[in-house]
Amino acid sequence: MSLTVERVPGEARQAQDPGLRHRLAERGIDRQLLLLVPAVLFVVLLFLYPFLYGLQLSFAPDEGGPLASYQAFFSDPYQSGTIWITLKLALPAALINVLASVPIAYRMRGSFRGKRLLTIVLVVPITLGTVLTAQGLLNYLGPAGWFNKILMTLGLIDDPVRLVNNYWGVFFSLVITGFPFAFLLILSYLSGIDPTLERAAATLGADWRQRFRHITLPLLAPGLATTFCLAFVLAFSVFPSAVLVGNPAGETRVLALAAYQAAYEQYDYSLASAIAMVMGAVELIVIGVVLLWRSRLYTGSTGGKG
Amino acid sequence: MTEGAFTELRLDGVGRRFAGKDALVDLDLTIRAGEFIALLGPSGCGKSTALNCLAGLLPLTAGSIWQQGPDGERRIDTLPPEKRGFGMVFQSYALFPHMSVRRNISFGLQMRRLARAEVARRTTEAIRLVQLEEHADKLPGQLSGGQQQRVAIARAVVLEPSLVLMDEPLSNLDAKLRLEMRSEIRRLHQSLGLTTVYVTHDQEEALSLADRLVVLRQGRVQQIGTSEELHTRPANWHVADFMGFRNIVEVDATHVDGTDVVVQGEGLRLRGTATAPTAVGDRVVAAVRPEDVLVGAGTDGADGPNATPATVEVVGYQGRELAVEVRTAAGRALHLRTEQRLAPGDAVTLTVDPERLLVYPLAAGEHVPAPLVAAVP
Amino acid sequence: MATTVAPRARRRIVGSPSSWLIWGAVTFFLVNLAGVIGAVLVSSFGTQWFGTWFPNGFTTSWYATAWREFGLLDVVGVTLQVSLLVVVISVLIGVPAAYVLARRTFPGKKIVYFAFLLPILMPPITYGIPLATVLYKFGFAGNASGVVLANLVPSVPFVILTMTPFIEQISPSIESAARMCGATTRALFLRVLGPLLVPGMLAAAILVLVRTVGMFELTFLTAGPDSQTLVVALYYSMSAAGIRAQQAVDAMAVIYTSTMLVLLVVALRFVNPTQLVARVKETPEP
Repeated sequence: MSLTVERVPGEARQAQDPGLRHRLAERGIDRQLLLLVPAVLFVVLLFLYPFLYGLQLSFAPDEGGPLASYQAFFSDPYQSGTIWITLKLALPAALINVLASVPIAYRMRGSFRGKRLLTIVLVVPITLGTVLTAQGLLNYLGPAGWFNKILMTLGLIDDPVRLVNNYWGVFFSLVITGFPFAFLLILSYLSGIDPTLERAAATLGADWRQRFRHITLPLLAPGLATTFCLAFVLAFSVFPSAVLVGNPAGETRVLALAAYQAAYEQYDYSLASAIAMVMGAVELIVIGVVLLWRSRLYTGSTGGKG
Repeated sequence: MTEGAFTELRLDGVGRRFAGKDALVDLDLTIRAGEFIALLGPSGCGKSTALNCLAGLLPLTAGSIWQQGPDGERRIDTLPPEKRGFGMVFQSYALFPHMSVRRNISFGLQMRRLARAEVARRTTEAIRLVQLEEHADKLPGQLSGGQQQRVAIARAVVLEPSLVLMDEPLSNLDAKLRLEMRSEIRRLHQSLGLTTVYVTHDQEEALSLADRLVVLRQGRVQQIGTSEELHTRPANWHVADFMGFRNIVEVDATHVDGTDVVVQGEGLRLRGTATAPTAVGDRVVAAVRPEDVLVGAGTDGADGPNATPATVEVVGYQGRELAVEVRTAAGRALHLRTEQRLAPGDAVTLTVDPERLLVYPLAAGEHVPAPLVAAVP
Repeated sequence: MATTVAPRARRRIVGSPSSWLIWGAVTFFLVNLAGVIGAVLVSSFGTQWFGTWFPNGFTTSWYATAWREFGLLDVVGVTLQVSLLVVVISVLIGVPAAYVLARRTFPGKKIVYFAFLLPILMPPITYGIPLATVLYKFGFAGNASGVVLANLVPSVPFVILTMTPFIEQISPSIESAARMCGATTRALFLRVLGPLLVPGMLAAAILVLVRTVGMFELTFLTAGPDSQTLVVALYYSMSAAGIRAQQAVDAMAVIYTSTMLVLLVVALRFVNPTQLVARVKETPEP
């Protein structure tokens, strides 16, 4: 081949540093990544910066050493007890929502008439949110509410059961908003498992119990862990219902409430930030433990179209 | 011809790494205008990577691509795909699902900002070329696989591209349609005077379509040659293996006289033709196609070249011929094709023309994988 | 075997004792749910209701009272304004980012992905309080702009996490095909990707809308008296119970509920119910 190469000046410039271009190409870096910039900028400015600002604030109390806010929180049982109060509400609520969802979703995977209607009805309490649920619970479960009336008419109780303005009011509110959430998630995880896997197990002689135990459950377990985490996050940040249907001065004084009061009633932003950080840390620890367990499970394809 | 027309396209040491792993290494290839080139190899060999690098869809991590045109040589690997003026047909067709057949085909012409009348004329012409007149206003989802394939081809050639790239375009079609489309593609290539680079893992397809074939393995070029060259003289035993030499046996060279070699191993003693300088005692690979193994019933042909007694084990019906698996007395399984009606258990004698038995060198530490089926005790 | 698969599948839903148990549990849940919502609804239309099964009489006057006393016209106006702004901005920021996350691998992708996940995983109060403090510092809090900014924090990641799997299921070879046809990046987005992404963007937008209208904590922390959304105004009127008639609060709750239900009905035309809950992408690709 005769090499009469005539390079145009512009192209010589383009070819200036082929090494750099080749290296960037290998790492997958080009101008398209700029599309990511607004979102990253946004997360940094509106999430990471305030978060770090709060972290710094929590170590900079008005008086005392850097750890004074944390000391104030942990040395006061009225404050530090909120951790336990919050966990006592959020963990059982999340657990019950997830565990109750599994058998129901297992029965209801596949298609049947009215499935879409049922899911729509279940979505309603999630979209209503905790504030409206709280208002409804006050009316419905209150001493003169329909629930107590029915029980008394049936003769099951003599005096109205106290179900609101205490632990149970908040707990019910968490179940009402949390159960549909967990159920729909688990239903979608279940429908993501290829049904032929179970049929294959059936041809190998497994009854439905064994099929559930050895096929469905192991494939569902990672989804269960994820669902539990999300249900826990939802329950853990309980705030309006703790005030409205709970006993905000006592047994349902949750972390979020303590943080809110520190900030907006005592105007102690350092303490408020410290409580917020504790709240974040406790939540991440719980999630971390669950995800650690999850990471030991099989998390590959479940064969379905989920 | 449109802009970017070339007389020659030169790939110079083209390479692509993904996060430290080489997918394509040092590809040198010159494509002349009007050629039909097939990139051939097993899955993961780098053939699609090479095609995408050529298209500009994948930036190079080494080397460069040059285009020799009427006004000198021009570097094109720095251009984005839309500026190279190539057309491409994808394995999954990649038709725009929200556009009708007509709009799919006219899309590229509109991108070139051609006059409306010109767009309409060339689109209609392309639709006629692939015989889709009555489907022009349908959406891709309403078409069969073969029809979608035609749309994809029309969309690529309507721009009169200086180079058409095809990425396993027939692999999603059924056997009958595949044969029809194969000749359709060759016909279009000739009648439109296209230059085509065609990626496939099907050696038969590549052999029947291409003027020249490039065989890749593990990202490296193994051989570049015509169909004839690849069929009769694979460059190494890997290529031979891929090109249909199903009988590949690891043996020792016991006698060498020029290219005339005698090899021994696995209970076989065979005379063959060396493809590279070989010395006595070398570990080598003997390769022969099933159709080059001749078979005689009982001891027929026992005085022929490379006569080896064997017993028929598995017989597969393939029309006029049978695909037969036999086992030698020493337990080595061999494949052959014959028009004789053999049955399992038949005793036969195999012969092979030493010209057709190719002997390849074996790299140090390299081994031929053991046959899939172990000997039945 | 005589029985086919289909009848067996149907029998499983209504037949065995365990099925009855499960249907019973679901029914119990739904009955109580209906009680919770119904109690609010009935109360809002009742004249007086003390200790009886139903109110003494029915009236619609509480709605007029609520509308007037709580200044609901303004509140609804603010709610709409804030939610629509949040929807538009989060889609504009989120979709391009989702595109990159769906299509590309680059160094640090996992970190970026985790950073987008965090605002969804964190309790809103945890970052809401520092965020409100920062917004006050820069003069954003106490007005609608602060509420919008605060609500964007979970919305943008939500759009990203909803859109990423949606974009992934669009074959990348369609984009390659457009490029090979000579389309520039602009033409690619306007002519090819845009139309294909519309359903996904619509779904993401409606989900963000539902979430923003229902978002209590962040709005509560950043809103001033003139920038309350419906749910926050409802909370204030509830926690100040005793000052206003209970029924007026109920009427307001019903107004909020119907707003949400309308949104829900609209939403369900575009998305399936599960998506309203979450769209979690399992294990981000390395």
